[in-house]
Amino acid sequence: MPISLPMPEEMSHDILIVGGGAAGLRAAIAAAEVDANLDIAVVSKVYPMRSHTVSAEGGAAAVLREDDSLELHGFDTVRGSDFLADQDVVETFIEKAPEELIQLEHWGCPWSRDSNGRISVRAFGGMSVKRTVYASDKTGFHMLHALFQTSLKYTQIRRYDEWFVSSLLIEDGKCVGVTALDLETGQLHSIVAKAVLLCTGGGGQIFPFTTNASIKSADGMALAYRAGAALKDMEFVQYHPTGLPGTGILITEASRGEGGHLLNKEGERFLERYIPGKMEMGPRDILSRAIMTEMNEGRAFEGEYGGYVHLDLTHLGEKTIDEKLPFVRKLVVKYVGIDPVHEPIPVRPVVHYMMGGVSTDINGNTSIPGLLAAGEVACLTLNGANRLGSNSLTECLVFGALSGREGARYALEQQPVSQNAVRSLADKEQKRIAKQFLEKESGKERVASLQEEMHLTMEKGCGVYRTGEGLQDSCTTLGKLRERFADVAIDDRGRIFNTDLRGALELEFMLEVAECIAHSALAREESRGAQSRLDFPERSDEKFLHHQLAYATPEGPRFEQQPVTITRWPPEERKY
Amino acid sequence: MSTIKITVTRYNPETSSEPFTQSYTIPYKEDMVVLDALNYIKNHVDGTLTHRWSCRMGVCGSCGMMVNGDAKLTCATFLRDYYPGEVQVDPLAHFPVIRDLVIDMSDFMDKLLEIKPWIIRSEEKPLEEGEYLQSPDELNLYKQFSMCINCMICYSACPVYGHDQSFLGPAAIALAHRYNMDSRDEGQDQRAEIIGSHEGIWECTFVGECTRVCPEHVDPAAAIQRSKVQLTKEYFLSWMWPWGN
Ligand SMILES: Cc1cc2nc3c(=O)[nH]c(=O)nc-3n(C[C@H](O)[C@H](O)[C@H](O)COP(=O)(O)OP(=O)(O)OC[C@H]3O[C@@H](n4cnc5c(N)ncnc54)[C@H](O)[C@@H]3O)c2cc1C
Ligand code: FES
Repeated sequence: MPISLPMPEEMSHDILIVGGGAAGLRAAIAAAEVDANLDIAVVSKVYPMRSHTVSAEGGAAAVLREDDSLELHGFDTVRGSDFLADQDVVETFIEKAPEELIQLEHWGCPWSRDSNGRISVRAFGGMSVKRTVYASDKTGFHMLHALFQTSLKYTQIRRYDEWFVSSLLIEDGKCVGVTALDLETGQLHSIVAKAVLLCTGGGGQIFPFTTNASIKSADGMALAYRAGAALKDMEFVQYHPTGLPGTGILITEASRGEGGHLLNKEGERFLERYIPGKMEMGPRDILSRAIMTEMNEGRAFEGEYGGYVHLDLTHLGEKTIDEKLPFVRKLVVKYVGIDPVHEPIPVRPVVHYMMGGVSTDINGNTSIPGLLAAGEVACLTLNGANRLGSNSLTECLVFGALSGREGARYALEQQPVSQNAVRSLADKEQKRIAKQFLEKESGKERVASLQEEMHLTMEKGCGVYRTGEGLQDSCTTLGKLRERFADVAIDDRGRIFNTDLRGALELEFMLEVAECIAHSALAREESRGAQSRLDFPERSDEKFLHHQLAYATPEGPRFEQQPVTITRWPPEERKY
Repeated sequence: MSTIKITVTRYNPETSSEPFTQSYTIPYKEDMVVLDALNYIKNHVDGTLTHRWSCRMGVCGSCGMMVNGDAKLTCATFLRDYYPGEVQVDPLAHFPVIRDLVIDMSDFMDKLLEIKPWIIRSEEKPLEEGEYLQSPDELNLYKQFSMCINCMICYSACPVYGHDQSFLGPAAIALAHRYNMDSRDEGQDQRAEIIGSHEGIWECTFVGECTRVCPEHVDPAAAIQRSKVQLTKEYFLSWMWPWGN
């Protein structure tokens, strides 16, 4: 049955936010507070409280203590980024971070407390002092629910729950809305807006072994890329050192922050050989490489799902584990069948986070007027070549708020957009979806098989260690997979809650972004942060102290360079 | 290779007027959860099978379904607990079904809004003055009730909600209680009015099914119990001192 379009007058807003995770909800509230008359929409493919922010465990960083300083948080972030972060962005971030976490406290977030009633802080990788605020080990869950519940009091925030955005509406070079599939009815609608803010999160599902939920399919990156905006620094994919083999479930860095040890099969704290100054509190890129090296050199355990090492918490004792890491205990008991109070946890590096994303300025503006981005989907860039754990949740708050306000201000200056202006664009999108999926007669490729092949080539070519040859292979394979995608046939041709269609649209997004990752990694002939090229093992500031902006062309990505903004911390050797 | 038989209740209002069941025999592994089985079917056998899921780690609350008659998070329920027996998966009880295993939870979303789940204060402290102090003991008073993942499992186990959908229900009352117990909040009276205005709460007979099934140990039954006590207290106070207390 064909999808039909609604009446043209419907669905018009001042600012439309795609995504109801930490960034999207923070942005919506910020926009509502700019002007109470603004009409705000939040469109999300899942109910907002299901967004993947919910799974963040460890905490959110900000300078809240007397023994800490903005300077130190700034330097830690820049050094962690392997000097690729834009330092004006870092400065704004560290300055605004404390008030954002206090704001969340005022909104009811149940932060863990010291005995004197103050918000507690814990240690995290790559941070020089304890500055990570937490709600036991369910920080993201509590932040998301506090934000969502608080957002309910703003009646001017209208929600489109379980609506899937399939394209951006670009008219006269400006972004003026989206097309979105209402999953429940299967209708494709155009929703127009004076400003569109993408807060769609990351894309870990491009890889087979990931901490990311099934909904993290890089949609926003692909939407912006297709619309002509640049993706920045896409080569930098973060592997978290400690995921559970098989499921990829994350064991938070907080378990090391609270004193956990990494051990190889000889029972040795092998980090001594890699990063003695920081040991378990080293940054993620370095720790993930250390574990991979242990695996490659035969000092790791072998299991059903490949090599692994041990994360040992047994010496922390039951009381600390129950107080500080109850969720870790629950997850390990449930999914591994052992109790971390008595036995070490098997862990291995796992794809976790994308440092790259839609290129924006410090206020979230992309190169397309009316299109903004914030949160994991965006690249400002705060995280450079390697993000420090617990900076991301804070990033969602700080830059969610800033870009929410920016989008609101921009929207206040614009004329209303009429549905008529976008009618033909929406029509075209409707026809595309019908022709490519719902009414297609031929087609022999399955979504799941193409996805598996994408996974294989990404893991092989774009993993922790990369080579020019491996990356070239991935580029070629991904090009072919994109061609084969044209021949995809889905099983489900119905309208109501068609998750088969949603999966196909997501895979199409992921293939495009995957190709961008592989080409970006190939173009960067150096090792920096999360990108480790065996054929170019050194960092090269002469050649590569810049961002790579990728633009979509029919032949694959076209690259431009953008200088790194350096204010206070001149690049130096990254030492710990 | 070991296999297991999974029977799923299917329903698509576009093509059938009644639900029907369909069985699939699929490869079985020790470490598979029920959700893995559904995903296996979806990816390899029948792409029309429709269910919700996201995190696969028991925290997003999307994947609640009936498994052999009990309301469960399917990503946290292992096939091995049933194997070699068969597994029957149905949509959560007490909810309208949109399609297959996808229920309509808009009723809950409306109720969530009704109980005003946000901090209510007559005066806000400026951000520059920092956090509200809250001792670990004060935090513990409400922490448990803040753990709800909105998975809807308690509603499908609640006999009161089963026959009277106007009942606010376990999760919504637990959340109201969570804010009432928070030392930063002053909204008790507003919420009491809402909770008291719903008949259902008096019908709750403390069977405690909600608490028994809750995957997060939120204990909604305790929240309902305490809300009742509080409402009764207020009722008597207003009766004895009708001008307020
Ligand atoms: C397991 C795990 C643990 C983590 N722990 C920490 C931690 O301790 N500290 C820290 O700082 N960071 C942590 N991170 C990282 C951090 O949680 C994320 O980067 C952050 O939550 C992303 O938030 P977001 O708002 O950008 O996106 P998300 O929370 O992913 O939300 C994306 C939103 O966009 C919507 N959306 C996406 N595509 C579409 C579409 N096509 N149409 C409509 N809607 C769409 C989704 O429905 C969703 O609402 C962790 C990440 C993971 C995976
Ligand atoms: S998939 Fe998130 S709770 Fe089961």
